[in-house]
Amino acid sequence: MKYVDEFRDPKTAKALVERIHRSASRIVRHRDASVKIMEICGSHTVAIFRSGIKALLPDNVVLVSGPGCPVCVTAMEDMDRMIALSDPTRKEDVIVATFGDMIRVPGTRTSLEMEKAGGADVRIASTPLEALKWAQDNSDKPVVFLGVGFETTSPTVAATVLKARELGLRNLFVYPAFKLLPPALTALLESPDAAIDGFLCPGHVSVMLGADSYRPVAAKYGKPCVIAGFEPLDILLGLSKVCDQLANNLHEVENAYGRAVTNEGNRKAMSMLMEVFKPEDAPWRGLGNIPASGLAFRDEFSSFDAVGRFDLDMVEAGPEPHACACGEVLRGMIHPVDCPLFGIECTPENPVGSCMVSSEGSCAAWYRYNT
Amino acid sequence: MSDDRVLLSHGAGGKRSSELIESIFLKYFNDPVLLELNDMAVLDLPHGRVSMSTDTYVIDPLFFPGGDIGSLAVHGTVNDVAMAGAVPFAISAGFILEEGLPFEVLERIAASMAVAAVEAGVRIVTADTKVVPRGAVDKLFINTTGIGIIPRGVNVRGSLAEEGDRVLISGTIGDHGIAIASSRDGIAFETTVESDSAPLSGMINELISALGQDIHVLRDPTRGGLATVLCEIASQSTVGIRIEETSIPVRDAVKGACELLGYEPLYLANEGKLVAVAAPEAAERALEIMKLSKYGKDACIIGEITGENPGKVILKTAMGGSRLVDKLSGEMLPRIC
Repeated sequence: MKYVDEFRDPKTAKALVERIHRSASRIVRHRDASVKIMEICGSHTVAIFRSGIKALLPDNVVLVSGPGCPVCVTAMEDMDRMIALSDPTRKEDVIVATFGDMIRVPGTRTSLEMEKAGGADVRIASTPLEALKWAQDNSDKPVVFLGVGFETTSPTVAATVLKARELGLRNLFVYPAFKLLPPALTALLESPDAAIDGFLCPGHVSVMLGADSYRPVAAKYGKPCVIAGFEPLDILLGLSKVCDQLANNLHEVENAYGRAVTNEGNRKAMSMLMEVFKPEDAPWRGLGNIPASGLAFRDEFSSFDAVGRFDLDMVEAGPEPHACACGEVLRGMIHPVDCPLFGIECTPENPVGSCMVSSEGSCAAWYRYNT
Repeated sequence: MSDDRVLLSHGAGGKRSSELIESIFLKYFNDPVLLELNDMAVLDLPHGRVSMSTDTYVIDPLFFPGGDIGSLAVHGTVNDVAMAGAVPFAISAGFILEEGLPFEVLERIAASMAVAAVEAGVRIVTADTKVVPRGAVDKLFINTTGIGIIPRGVNVRGSLAEEGDRVLISGTIGDHGIAIASSRDGIAFETTVESDSAPLSGMINELISALGQDIHVLRDPTRGGLATVLCEIASQSTVGIRIEETSIPVRDAVKGACELLGYEPLYLANEGKLVAVAAPEAAERALEIMKLSKYGKDACIIGEITGENPGKVILKTAMGGSRLVDKLSGEMLPRIC
């Protein structure tokens, strides 16, 4: 298939794998331990497993998954509040609009899927504009869109809010649980227990952020950052560039996804995002509170904020599940199989932690694909 | 209005019920046993073991690219019966109708079932109709139960795959799943993909007649897709299965839709495909036979049964790596990014 097969060509893959092996053997000469490369993004994790790339890498190149799956990093308190919105015993009927991956994520007591079965009006949207349409079609009911995602997704929600304002819609709301990537990377590298040697940076988020946004991280922490796309050859090229840098003791930002990512990113989308929202401290599952890593509505858009409109601050926040090691997994400290719950108490059918729920979650990917 | 819609009284068993049966069902279903209008069908069966299967069809939308609930209700059950190596013989049809269903819709579906049954070589020998209040079902549900006769000496079961056997698929995977997804609210998008809904009884008959006991397993990869069916065979037969990604036929349009929606073709439903596990010496012949069928033109050998990793399915990827293939877990959901 055009534009797909070109990026899955086995011959080119073989050449890139050989290049990775050559760099890895040079790395061995100046380091005893293996190198740990973090693929930040959940889509990379899944693509790596699906294409079987792990089995092709040298022993001293270890891939760990990062905090780049938006469902996985959504804090329990946000989950509980979003689920509370769908509670059918509320005084008014609320239409909860959400991306599909969210509906099975367990809160402290229940999930959107269970509430839906109990009569809640929970609808799966493939774009936030669908929520806008539902708000237009149901003018007597509030429609709340669950705002989960990184810079890839959040600008589309900002654009939807701007459109709703233009249309004078008063029954569309957003629960803003968005996350920003750069503050999370900084928090990760500041943590004393995360020993990461280089990053495979996400393609989609970088389309928005631009390659320049990684330069401070690469310079300050001395880590190679290579932006890669999601096709198997994109990933192999990205990994080969990280390994080349490690072999040469470099720590630069490289863009291996030039067909989509520019240095400056999508300024228009980002300015739209910042027109509607402002950075705010945010809780991350497993990583705790990270300064200026989330988004809150700016005052002039506060009428769209579901948190104020539905008294969600009053919902009691539940604790993280006992013994769940999502935090260590998201920081790349352990592999999912090292969690005591993995595959026993926590499976895709009965997930305990959010990393097992999302199709992009690293635990779900390990469970589903690891031989 | 009462002339063109189903009313509750059409299900009350009285005159109106007879009118409904005569004006729609008997117009299309005309098997002599059915026309006796008894509460049961009395059949003379050829001697042999009987394969029997029941399935209930609740698909939304009722009409989709490449088929409708009526043809699907025939194909689905006929195929399930045939997967035992059986020749489907007869089916029953039970209808649950929502009050207010337009007659025109019901008539189109009955007509479609009749055509599908003729092609599949089965008789519709008994039927039932219920009408429930508006909202108690979504428009129309159909249950069909089928029986078929297994020829003497034929033994086809999920537990009979043996090390060295080859795994075949009768054509492209995921067509039905994408055709339905494309016509559903929420993830509507335009595509040229049509459902593969089709009767496989003819192809199976040819395979069994020619190769008999060399066909060890037959399965139709419906819900859960190819991945789930292979996992079930691996588990039932306590064998490993190794498949090659590059050998599995997938239409470009299905690939493209999967890329957009974050689906994997391996998990998408099919309604006109079969997986066959055949003895190695019979595999090429089985492939030829499949290719001769109208519904098997794109058939391929996609892998083999191994003694390694019993109960597991391993996919050799196009990149040359390998990974586990697990069963479908939960509902397939479009992802965030």
